[in-house]
Amino acid sequence: MIMTSKISDIVFGIMSPQQVKILARVRVVSSDLYDADGYPVEGGVMDPRLGVIDPGLHCRTCGGGIGECMGHFGYLELAKPVINVLYVKTIYQILKITCRKCGRILTVAPEGDAAKKKKKTADKKTIPSRCPHCRGQQKKILFVKPYTYYEDKNELNPEMIRERFEKIPERDLKKIGFRGGRPEWLILTLFPIPPVTMRPSITLESGERSEDDLTHKLVDVVRINQSLKENVDIGAPEFILNDLWELVQYHISTYFDNELTGIPLARHRSGRPLKGLVQRLKAKEGRIRGNLLGKRVNFSARTVISPDPKISINEVGVPVPVATELTIPEYVTDINIRGIKDLFKSEKVNYVVRPDGRRIKVTLENKKDLLTSIGPDWIAERQLRDGDIALFNRQPSLHRVSIMAHRVKVMPYKTFRMNPSSCPPYNADFDGDEMNLHVLQTQEARVEADFLMDVKHNIISPKFGGPIIGLDLDQISGVYLLTSKGASFTKEEASQLFADSGIDVDLPDKEKFTGKEIFSVLLPKNLNIEFKAHACRKCDDCKKRDCPYDCWVTIEKGELKRGVIDKTGVGAEKGKIIGRLHRIVSNDEIMDFINNYGRIGVSMLMKRGFSLGISDLDLPEQAHKTIKEEIEDSVKESHKLINQYNKKELKILPGMTPEESLEAQIMNVLASGVSRVGDVVGKSMKKSDISVMFTAGAKGSLINTTQMAAVVGQETILGKRIKRGYLNRTLPHIVPHDLSPGSHGFVKRGFKDGLTPFELFWNIMNGREGLMDKSLRTRKSGYMQRRLVNALQDLKVHHDGTVRNAHNQIVQFAAGEDKIDPSKSDWGTVDWKEFIETQLKGIVG
Amino acid sequence: MVPTTYTLKEGSGVDKSIDILEHETVPKHEVMTKKEKEVLLNSLGITEKDLPKIASDDPAIMEMNTKSGDVIKITRKSETAGHVFYYRRVV
Repeated sequence: MIMTSKISDIVFGIMSPQQVKILARVRVVSSDLYDADGYPVEGGVMDPRLGVIDPGLHCRTCGGGIGECMGHFGYLELAKPVINVLYVKTIYQILKITCRKCGRILTVAPEGDAAKKKKKTADKKTIPSRCPHCRGQQKKILFVKPYTYYEDKNELNPEMIRERFEKIPERDLKKIGFRGGRPEWLILTLFPIPPVTMRPSITLESGERSEDDLTHKLVDVVRINQSLKENVDIGAPEFILNDLWELVQYHISTYFDNELTGIPLARHRSGRPLKGLVQRLKAKEGRIRGNLLGKRVNFSARTVISPDPKISINEVGVPVPVATELTIPEYVTDINIRGIKDLFKSEKVNYVVRPDGRRIKVTLENKKDLLTSIGPDWIAERQLRDGDIALFNRQPSLHRVSIMAHRVKVMPYKTFRMNPSSCPPYNADFDGDEMNLHVLQTQEARVEADFLMDVKHNIISPKFGGPIIGLDLDQISGVYLLTSKGASFTKEEASQLFADSGIDVDLPDKEKFTGKEIFSVLLPKNLNIEFKAHACRKCDDCKKRDCPYDCWVTIEKGELKRGVIDKTGVGAEKGKIIGRLHRIVSNDEIMDFINNYGRIGVSMLMKRGFSLGISDLDLPEQAHKTIKEEIEDSVKESHKLINQYNKKELKILPGMTPEESLEAQIMNVLASGVSRVGDVVGKSMKKSDISVMFTAGAKGSLINTTQMAAVVGQETILGKRIKRGYLNRTLPHIVPHDLSPGSHGFVKRGFKDGLTPFELFWNIMNGREGLMDKSLRTRKSGYMQRRLVNALQDLKVHHDGTVRNAHNQIVQFAAGEDKIDPSKSDWGTVDWKEFIETQLKGIVG
Repeated sequence: MVPTTYTLKEGSGVDKSIDILEHETVPKHEVMTKKEKEVLLNSLGITEKDLPKIASDDPAIMEMNTKSGDVIKITRKSETAGHVFYYRRVV
């Protein structure tokens, strides 16, 4: 469509009857839709002059076909005026403040100096009982929902209200801020019949016509209005007229809004409530939120995602069925015509667009003809192929990295494949998650996506200044095992590791390689960094470089001198090495780093083997004994507290009742007991792949391990010991009022040894609370975030560091109070001292 | 023991013997001189209207001797930057 003129302004207001008439092309008089032959009745609600909805036909008003004619309004002359329900409140307000005799507003506007003084007192006053203009006595107006008004018990019908409104002078309307029309227009006399194009009927397979909800409603309005008119004409008794009048009012009201309180819903024959005009616009699936703010788009695909660590983090594996359906327009020129013809021959072109704009589907029959006629100025819509750029997205799209640009890689099967390292920004996993793919259609969009949205440009998160993409899970375990003390490889093994990961390197001529040497091969030579590894035991006396556990990491000139690489080194969100790399190398190199080390990690695990079993949780006899003692001690300790409580000797904590103090102290005693058990487990457990996982930070923690191997500990509901269940006890077999740990959800066994049925029950109670909590929390926080984003979306950090809104008003004088751009910081801060020191070491040595 | 009767005096709740400006949770408020004001507005390239506002019945402002249109410099503690200045126009 070609736009020939621009909209200069839009005015919102209420339509006058005159406007309704000017707009209309049809005066509707009949409630019949179609005649006996199935043709629409002239003067009916489906009058052919109201627009076209049937393909092939042309509009009787404008001659346009389907899509060209936007439809035309009609009007219905109402036998008696009817209130517009959407304005009942306004009508009530105007009735209250205007004189019932002269129509003036029931105040005298003070003038001059008095105006300023009186302004404040005026709005406190109630409406005077006598009109200050004509001294007419006023009566109390009462409004009863949804559309009835009373004046001292007598009903005010729409006709009377309209008469009153007509008397209100224009200058008074100005004073009360009534703009964009006359108040009497709020009472309908001419009822606009919308064009059929906004209420199309559908022809069912049986040939039967199914009308739109609005059409049904309009038929009701026209029919009742007709019979009201006839009854008025024959001078029927008033009660009959009033009943019909009320019925017209009902139908028109539900036509506008079918969710009004106080009146029954208008229903379809099937019993389904009809959709009024308001329902079309309102809420999630309404016109505004459903069709304007959110649309369905072409050139997109959605399917389940699955992992493939062999592809790059900025690639996406697109299944063949998707790749053959999605297209990219290729503009045919003299230069690329041969390539495009080759595509044609291999059936990689789905559509062609002729220079006259006609789109033709390429089929086996017309392929040959098209091949000869194709030339410059044609567009070939070719299928997706490797290297094309596409946007990849997972809902909920909470931040900008929820949608990023990936390179297409066409692959067999039916799922989107992605590198598991790109999961964190999308918050994706592979338990059935689906993701969307959008193929970019213009060169500008592709360039923009390439420069701004590619995964490699979004490794450093703007929200905390660290890498949001890094190694995860097995990749971390692998790198940890590779770089830990004592790992040694022959040249053959080392070459195999690189070959498995698809990396081509020249290894120095050496017989033996340590894991640290292998790790250093791919590090940039100007990398200098020093940090504590995740495996750090937080000893009281840190020996730093001489850490006996190899947890002090030093990289000098791209060589890993000491320390083990784990989550803190290369993990997502934590990875210090990735964070530092971003200062010294290009985004492409960071991406390669993550790709390569991820694969090396996995290859390392494959070579070494990685598995765990129940026996990994075995503890030495001695440890079992100490654990038992620790638990019994803390249980004894809590019994002591209970005794003190019973004797009223318990130490009462500030701000708590005696009961609360007891609970808090018992919880404390038990928790410290369990934490001591944790220490025992940490010390006495033999090295296994479980301990590798939690020391490297790949998955799990010492607490998880303790729960499996030794003690689960206190189960809680709402942060308290379990209290609910039976009268004064948690389970029926427990003595009422028993306060001991074993009666309130303390589990003194580990998962490996197994829980008693009662312990299991408490464990499940706790587990269920966790599930409920999670779902409630995500919902609540999602809505909070939505409101926050809507409220803050116009804020912008300007070049002078101030935060201003759309009116250029200052909101904050220094962005974030420190003017640091988190996307360019190291985890929110800039540590100049460390940065300069390490950099100097690299240069001076 | 909880007292059973309360007596409320008019104007109670405001203890005039306490200087709220000295309270540790109240940041430092200062009235800017005309010159300081000019420098500030020039450096930000804005007019007085674009400054954030502070109500003249704000407890801290009521304690200070100000008039409408004055600009108040507030020195707040900041988690990220140590301390930070905010400027408010009295309305």
